[in-house]
Amino acid sequence: MGTKTIENIEGQFEMFQILNENGEIVNEEAMPELSDEQLQELMRRMVYTRILDQRSISLNRQGRLGFYAPTAGQEASQLGSQFALDKEDWILPGYRDVPQIIWHGLPLYKAFLFSRGHYVGNQADGLNVLSPQIIIGAQITQTAGVALGLKKKGKKNVAITYTGDGGASQGDFYEGMNFAGAYSAPAIFVVQNNRFAISVPVEKQSAAKTIAQKAVAAGIQGVQVDGMDVLAVYKAVTDARERAINGEGPTLIETMTYRYGPHTMAGDDPTRYRSEDQDSEWEKKDPIVRFRKYLESKNLWSEEKENEVVDKAKEEIKAAIKKADSTPKQKVTDLISNMYEELPQNLREQYEEYSAKESK
Amino acid sequence: MAQMTMIQAITDAMRTELKNDENVLVFGEDVGQNGGVFRATEGLQKEFGEDRVFDTPLAESGIGGMSIGLALTGFRPVPEVQFFGFVYEVMDAISGQMARLRYRSGGSFHAPITVRSPFGGGVKTPELHADSLEGLMAQQPGLKVVIPSNPYDAKGLLISAIRDNDPVIFLEHMKLYRSFRQEVPEEEYTIEIGKAEVKREGTDITIVTYGAMVQASLKAAEELEKDGISAEVIDLRTVSPLDIDTIIGSVEKTNRAIVVQEAQKQAGIAANVVAEINDRAILSLEAPVLRVAAPDTVFAFSAAEDVWLPDHTDIIEKATQVVNF
Ligand SMILES: Cc1ncc(C[n+]2csc(CCOP(=O)(O)OP(=O)(O)O)c2C)c(N)n1
Repeated sequence: MGTKTIENIEGQFEMFQILNENGEIVNEEAMPELSDEQLQELMRRMVYTRILDQRSISLNRQGRLGFYAPTAGQEASQLGSQFALDKEDWILPGYRDVPQIIWHGLPLYKAFLFSRGHYVGNQADGLNVLSPQIIIGAQITQTAGVALGLKKKGKKNVAITYTGDGGASQGDFYEGMNFAGAYSAPAIFVVQNNRFAISVPVEKQSAAKTIAQKAVAAGIQGVQVDGMDVLAVYKAVTDARERAINGEGPTLIETMTYRYGPHTMAGDDPTRYRSEDQDSEWEKKDPIVRFRKYLESKNLWSEEKENEVVDKAKEEIKAAIKKADSTPKQKVTDLISNMYEELPQNLREQYEEYSAKESK
Repeated sequence: MAQMTMIQAITDAMRTELKNDENVLVFGEDVGQNGGVFRATEGLQKEFGEDRVFDTPLAESGIGGMSIGLALTGFRPVPEVQFFGFVYEVMDAISGQMARLRYRSGGSFHAPITVRSPFGGGVKTPELHADSLEGLMAQQPGLKVVIPSNPYDAKGLLISAIRDNDPVIFLEHMKLYRSFRQEVPEEEYTIEIGKAEVKREGTDITIVTYGAMVQASLKAAEELEKDGISAEVIDLRTVSPLDIDTIIGSVEKTNRAIVVQEAQKQAGIAANVVAEINDRAILSLEAPVLRVAAPDTVFAFSAAEDVWLPDHTDIIEKATQVVNF
């Protein structure tokens, strides 16, 4: 009886897809309502973000950026989901989710400052975004809290959070879903299943066949989506958002995706745990390639358009790096100032000590 | 003897104990096929199999709790917390549970667990990777907290930790992992937990320290020598329990001391060492015992790390102040 139950449940989590690898619509009735301009905008953002990733990697190699977690391969999952949001919705990102907060309004130079370990890069400036969370899972319970807060304040907004397949093993993941479910809070939990938590394959994280099915135990909606299909991701998040603000509770969305690059730029070597075959199999599913095919078939995209985006991205990245370079150097006194609303005696003393040191 | 980095010495210690005792298990995030994010477990899964050396799901509290369960069934777990800033995720399993198992069960059970974890500044990590949290651990009765400062000690101390029948928190400073090599015997040897080492003899002042600050203190001692100040440097090696005899013996000889730690000044190991010296050797002191420590903020965002971390110049300044008191 037990085995039958689990099989019944697992059978219900088939991957939701709209646009297949060849750029063909395979699920016409699920097609979201998007204008031609919106479709082009989605493409623009994905191309831009791919360039940003390439530039960030090379800037890191030149020692001009610090901590960086590559994003190539995950554009549809990251940007399709953010595109479904309202500007007032909250984003609680993980360390790899910098693109979402940039498209939610974080200036590019701040993303670079975050990477360099400069506190100015973490300042939200009135945006409803937190800086990328380093502790895996911590953002998930906080999301339940933000969502509950939005509900209590009567806002028609949601809180969305991101983690990876590894993150779905943390206790905080279960607690966050369970709390949001218990309060019917308007939260969206996105698990970007890129198959690996650093080196550990998703099969070793859990006996569960899908991550989406973990929603069942929390009593909330769960869906598995083709994370290389920007239309499917957009649609799934749009629907989840709609339900959430209608008081129908949170949703867990598992996006099936892949990170092409290393885990971070701090010495990870994917050849130790992934095969080239697996890499190339996933590259065939590329979110940008398939969406380009689709848009070209509708005469909405061209090489010329794409080059324009690439050039613009490069230009803006250059300008943002310049701006980051010209930001005043971070001082220990800045760190001291940000510790409490009012400095206690020990920090007042240390403030004096370090301002003397740092003005030398 | 082989020349080894500290990380190689650590791998070697685990290999030695995996060979010696079939109940030793090594596990954690990425420790299996990947050999750990710093390669501390490089080659161990291949050599000892997936039964003995394995990856866990990504959940520190799970790793801690499972370690206790494995200990209860006769194993000697050596879990890794990938970076020690993540220890907050496993605080209950460590401080609330494994530290109390012997006590709570009236001696029926014990927890022969060695929690290994990298920590320490100077390597520009993102937040919550580099924090010096040994003070938090040292505040928990029931735990031993070990911090090696060099490859030779790392191997001997880790073997002792794994053989210890009580839980040991074994903290590995990231900056020391590959910063220098040292002669390390290929055969097994142990260094007693709870024993400090006098790294340099001196007559004018005692510098009590541990971890990466040992190198900085030795460098400071060399420069102080040029100014005619003879400094004795003590490497605690175990920060809980403290080696009171070595500390007090030295202070009774030099009559002056400073305590150097990379951690923030508030609370912490240095404060405890100062208190012990005051309790036991106040009449030997010619000057107050001062501390060199980081300021009382959260660990610096990396762009300000270099100024935030104490270095040999801070040590020279404090030592001179105490000598000239
Ligand atoms: C609490 C905690 N444990 C461990 C880590 C170290 N770490 C950083 S990323 C990572 C793997 C995460 O994998 P996954 O959740 O699948 O996300 P991905 O990196 O693939 O996007 C680990 C173990 C951390 N940052 N926080």
